[in-house]
Amino acid sequence: MTRLSGGLIDRSKVLSFTFDGVRYSGHPGDTLASALLANGVQLMGRSFKYHRPRGVVSSGSEEPNALVELRSGNRQEPNTRATVAELFDGLEARSQNYLGRLDRDLLAVNDLLSPFFAAGFYYKTFMWPKAFWEKLYEPAIRRAAGLGRVAEGADPDAYDKGFLHADLLVIGGGAAGLAAALTAGRAGAKVILADEDSRFGGRLLAESHLLDGAPATQWIEGVLAELCTMPNVRLLPRTTVFGVYDHGIYGAVERVADHLPTPGAGVRQTLWRITAKRAVLAAGATERHIPFADNDRPGILLGGALRAYANRWATAPGTDRPVAIFTCHDEGHRTALDLQARGVPVAAVIDSRNDAVAQGDYRLIAGGQVSGSQGRLGLRGISVTTASGTEAIACGALGVSGGWNPNVHLSSHHRGRPVWDDTLGAFVPGPGGPGGLLVAGAARGKGSTALALADGAEIARQALAELSITAPVIALPQAEDTAPNGTTLWHVPGKGRAWVDFQNDVTVKDIALAHKENMRPVEHLKRWTTLGMATDQGKTANVTALAVMAELTGKTIAETGTTIFRPPYTGVSLAVLGGGDTGPDFRPRRLTPTDVFAKSQGAAFVEVGQWMRAQYFPKPGETHWRQSVDREVIAVRRDVGLCDVTTLGKVDVQGADAGEFLNRLYSNMMGTLKVGMVRYGLMLREDGFAYDDGTCARLAAHHYVVTTTTANAGLVFRNMEFARQCLWPELDVQLISTTDAWAQIAVAGPKSRALLERIVDGFDLSNAAFPFMACAELTICGGLRARLFRISFSGEMAYEIAVPARYGNALMERLMQQGADLGVTPYGTEALAVLRIEKGHAAGAELNGQATAAMLGLGRMVSQKKDSIGAIMSRREGLAGETRRLVGLIPEDGQGAIPGGAHLFTEGAARNMETDQGWVTSTCHSPHLGHPIALGYLEGGDTRLDEVVIAANPLEGTETRVRVVSPHFIDPEGERLRG
Amino acid sequence: MKFSGLKVFAEALKGHTGWKPLWRNPEPKAEYDIVIVGGGGHGMATAYFLAETFREARVAVIEKGWLGSGNIGRNTTIIRSNYLLPGNQPFYEMSMKLWEKMEQDLNFNAMVSQRGILNLIHTDAQRDAYRRRGNAMHLSGAGAELLDREGVRAMYPWLNFDNARFPIKGGLMQRRAGTARHDGVIWGYARAADQRGVDILQNCEVTGFRIEGGRVLGVETSKGYIGAKKVGVAVAGSTSRVMQMAGLRMPIESHVLQAFVSEGLKPLVDGVITFGAGHFYISQSDKGGLVFGGDIDGYNSYAQRGNLPVVEEVLESGMALMPRIGRTRLLRMWGGIMDMSMDGSPIIDHTPVQGLYLNAGWCYGGFKATPASGYAFAHLLSTDRPEATATAYRLDRFARGHLIDERGAGAQPNLH
Amino acid sequence: MLIPHPLLGLRDAAEFTYLGDAALLNRPDPGAGEAAFCDYVYLRDNPAGVHRELWYHEQGDRSWLVVTRNTLTHEILGAELARDVKGGAA
Repeated sequence: MTRLSGGLIDRSKVLSFTFDGVRYSGHPGDTLASALLANGVQLMGRSFKYHRPRGVVSSGSEEPNALVELRSGNRQEPNTRATVAELFDGLEARSQNYLGRLDRDLLAVNDLLSPFFAAGFYYKTFMWPKAFWEKLYEPAIRRAAGLGRVAEGADPDAYDKGFLHADLLVIGGGAAGLAAALTAGRAGAKVILADEDSRFGGRLLAESHLLDGAPATQWIEGVLAELCTMPNVRLLPRTTVFGVYDHGIYGAVERVADHLPTPGAGVRQTLWRITAKRAVLAAGATERHIPFADNDRPGILLGGALRAYANRWATAPGTDRPVAIFTCHDEGHRTALDLQARGVPVAAVIDSRNDAVAQGDYRLIAGGQVSGSQGRLGLRGISVTTASGTEAIACGALGVSGGWNPNVHLSSHHRGRPVWDDTLGAFVPGPGGPGGLLVAGAARGKGSTALALADGAEIARQALAELSITAPVIALPQAEDTAPNGTTLWHVPGKGRAWVDFQNDVTVKDIALAHKENMRPVEHLKRWTTLGMATDQGKTANVTALAVMAELTGKTIAETGTTIFRPPYTGVSLAVLGGGDTGPDFRPRRLTPTDVFAKSQGAAFVEVGQWMRAQYFPKPGETHWRQSVDREVIAVRRDVGLCDVTTLGKVDVQGADAGEFLNRLYSNMMGTLKVGMVRYGLMLREDGFAYDDGTCARLAAHHYVVTTTTANAGLVFRNMEFARQCLWPELDVQLISTTDAWAQIAVAGPKSRALLERIVDGFDLSNAAFPFMACAELTICGGLRARLFRISFSGEMAYEIAVPARYGNALMERLMQQGADLGVTPYGTEALAVLRIEKGHAAGAELNGQATAAMLGLGRMVSQKKDSIGAIMSRREGLAGETRRLVGLIPEDGQGAIPGGAHLFTEGAARNMETDQGWVTSTCHSPHLGHPIALGYLEGGDTRLDEVVIAANPLEGTETRVRVVSPHFIDPEGERLRG
Repeated sequence: MKFSGLKVFAEALKGHTGWKPLWRNPEPKAEYDIVIVGGGGHGMATAYFLAETFREARVAVIEKGWLGSGNIGRNTTIIRSNYLLPGNQPFYEMSMKLWEKMEQDLNFNAMVSQRGILNLIHTDAQRDAYRRRGNAMHLSGAGAELLDREGVRAMYPWLNFDNARFPIKGGLMQRRAGTARHDGVIWGYARAADQRGVDILQNCEVTGFRIEGGRVLGVETSKGYIGAKKVGVAVAGSTSRVMQMAGLRMPIESHVLQAFVSEGLKPLVDGVITFGAGHFYISQSDKGGLVFGGDIDGYNSYAQRGNLPVVEEVLESGMALMPRIGRTRLLRMWGGIMDMSMDGSPIIDHTPVQGLYLNAGWCYGGFKATPASGYAFAHLLSTDRPEATATAYRLDRFARGHLIDERGAGAQPNLH
Repeated sequence: MLIPHPLLGLRDAAEFTYLGDAALLNRPDPGAGEAAFCDYVYLRDNPAGVHRELWYHEQGDRSWLVVTRNTLTHEILGAELARDVKGGAA
């Protein structure tokens, strides 16, 4: 155990956990990384490409090295950064990306071969022989690549999403964020304070600085206590604001239960869509490392991380030997002092500045640079080069401080480019950031505690002033206010490999190679070397790489470019972005009014868009769906059948100009329709193609009811509203969708009239009084309001009867009961489809958006006497010259199947795209005819009746000789309808 | 310099001191025979074929940013030839054949990987529609297989078969489809074009066309005027604003399409899978990242970034199909600007301005078309005749009514 | 995105369905001929910058709105009821 005194861990409780199967213990407050360090574990993973042994580098979400597979079974979570995984009792973690054992990774052979794997090497080789790429090279690369493993089964946890609104969203709960939240909270503004950490405080928790002479935690606790009492403030710990979207919308993920063994009955994570009038980005800064030869050994950490582990987590790596510090900055000295204060021996502070001055009792090597390191799986010592030569220093850990990069990420999500600040030696947020987002504290280079506090409060006041909210000036604690004092040191020149991007194994030499090969624009550099593409998204690498490239080109950093960041700020689980609406809940389920009836009959259901419709109603003894469907079809043709057709879109159209309005929408005339009658109507898109059909009933002089197909119910209504509001607002017409208001049941078959007569309230259904295509409003069953339409999709004498939706199921049951002696039979969508194919009615497969009215055989429905949507464009050469026509097809041998989607060819023609004559749109077995039938589009089809053509289905290796017939397989004269 | 394993080996032994720039950074000449506006995949492929196949010696490509900074560098890397209509399918099949020999042609490993694409089927109507498509693919020589549910299960047993809102009923498989390394494609074409004498002018933005008497004479650029006998525009995403400089309105809207990549994972998804009950497609890169996407955001945009509702929509679909990937993490998301054309199909044609040629309207399908688009555009630029498989891609097809509308969605770009 | 509905205030863009350029309000006179319709149906200015465009409040009050939005920044400069715009033009 390597535990120091103090720290923010709860030593009264011991938590047990395993790493690579070995049992360890830690305390509440620990992260997996701090607990491992405290247990003396330094080797935590392997790098991506060369499988170099790696330990933890940082203490936060920027960690590139210490990635583990967390948990097990279906909760296995690859690539989890040990630095942000809160310890809980029973935590299981495994290292990843190695073959064999972590400490003896067989793939470390890649490191020996690394001279062959330089930047971009794979673009230059593996090309010969051609077939070897897919068969040999690529499979080997894929097996070796990747990081962690995906769980075997479905994620068992629940996820949620929600919406939050605020005047001010404060992103980051460190010194600046807390000051901002407190300022805004006291002003009475609606505030959300989000921090990715489990604990608010940011760097204050990692430093030894005092606030008002007391440990910083005291001030933090005080602020949080006050914020908790404010009803206008919401605190979101464990919440990462990962992206900025338009108009002040922020994406955030709250890790509700990741610190627990399981979420229990609750959710694991919540996706918050936060709408904020203003936001303060107080995300702090990320420390830079300094590349030198072999700077990647376990035990080499960022200096600030060493302080965090010592001060917050009471641990230090590799304390069998003293710790060394490498810095170009006063920061490094602070690390030495903090470590010494905790009893950690300091071997030396190596400061690259010649004029560096020791700030305490430790050995200072001014003007020195670390030029190498030793140790296989953990650091044993370093080489230090000064003007006078090279010295070996034994140490078990090295803290590297190369200055700080402000966490500008969110400010560049809208392509605002960070700008180089020469004084700070860092990129700071530039212009063009997201509207309403202000940056405060270290995130814009104001890094001392006092500056960050003051800046947070001031920026919050500014943000609120923009909302006309006056915020008070709050009292801030006395805090350290040392001006940043240091220089920039981008890398230590030398022969060895100096790592810039740890996870993706990109070295200073790789950057030099990119430069040599003219991959100099920053984006080319990144893509050629894979720099910045790892799970940390270059948080610890990009700026350094840019500086190295600047050095190579002899340009300034500002001239060389900048680097922007894309969402998410840190990795976000795919499940939480899905919001939990998965599995059967992926889409809403719309149930028809007769759903209860259909279920009681044991119906099979089918998804039709969002609707669940009865597909067929199997009867005892029926073992194949075709038996049920054939029976249902025959029942309609012989007796009477019932089908719920509520899903068809219904639009109520009223107003003095309703007729004129419909004239303009339908290609055919509707204004001339007589009251009490129905007309079939065809709608074109403005581009002249047919897109929907249905019926239009005139219930009164100024009252029509339009029906649409199920699939286009929403689209047609939208287009009708467009026509009403955007094209012809001067027309007196009102629309309302009544799809859900009216249950509609098709009553079809020769005995349909006999059945309906039993339920209507004294309404004359005789052919003379209520002929084919009549409609009426009436009452049924002793007073129930209903609408009756004598229309037919099946080709039989048929009606559709509509009642208020809540009576739909009762009506169905009443009809079943009343029609028992008539052989009444419920039928589903399959029988519906067979009936309409037999009758030659078009449906979705024919009305596929690519067909003209003429193709459908409805060319004459496009009135030449009036303008209507699409009429003019339908006359273009390409549409007018279209010669494919809808035809019926029957197998020449009377039995061969005609697959839907087969292509049609003239007999004897070659089978290719040039000779293609059309295709089969719909197909079924016709119980009426006793053999398969189909509809299809055929070139010149209307002139080819009786010709035999080939329905070719090379996809499945079949061909059928089919005879071209009329698409109206039954009753072409329409006598049944009118009977 | 020829790339090979041997060359890499030799350079490794001598510390990589012998590598040369992949391409030059030349200064613009006063005049070229052909200037291509747009240093993306299509523009660079065009330049390559002009030099290689059509022996054009004086060709320049001008690019406003860095080479490949447009959609070639921000797509989901899928290549396929599984189209339906005769105006499209032979062209995409020609493209597939060019992909199959690209690396040997270019001496550059673009990592073309024929891992197969599986379009999932969830309804009977969808199966009929895919059968029509699969048959069209057979008729064009592209090949396809229709799988039943068990056939799909044999390939991907871990997809959500049993607890789904829209159960998987089968799939249409094209084994020759797959992925290619997007950056490798542009770099391969750029290097090969440069070797054949093409001048690649980066950071050179076109600011206007010099047109006299209805004929283009050259382009005004941020690096000065460059004369050209012919100018080819291949700037998908920015077509409207570039062509506006020539006084032309386009049947195109610019829309943003988001794309996503997960953190690196050990191999899981071998080929490309598309979900048929929501808009979602996915593959896994050689590095291990799951690369996926969905629908366009749906509003006109030049902003190269999208919004959260579509992110949620895409991941809802992803999780509905693949509940196993829930605990993996999204690494990065970004947006590209698509030239959404009015019928969902591209344009490779002359324009009303003499000497000005257009390559545009690729919607979100431009990557797979890169080689064929380059070849067909080079053919048109050099010979003034359309390439045989690209004859339908005319600019006047909208006026004449010869649409190539694969989806049957009509003249509304965000529905294609 | 948030759309400032002239009647309902700021509404989430997810409640709306997008159509395109507000020029679609100006359907040509039927007598204008095929070419005018072809321009209307197929050609777009597609500006990189301020764009007047049609959004339909499908999950709301069914208003068609003309929204003025910058396509480079997505900034919204205003929104009106389409029928008011149309009425003004008539």
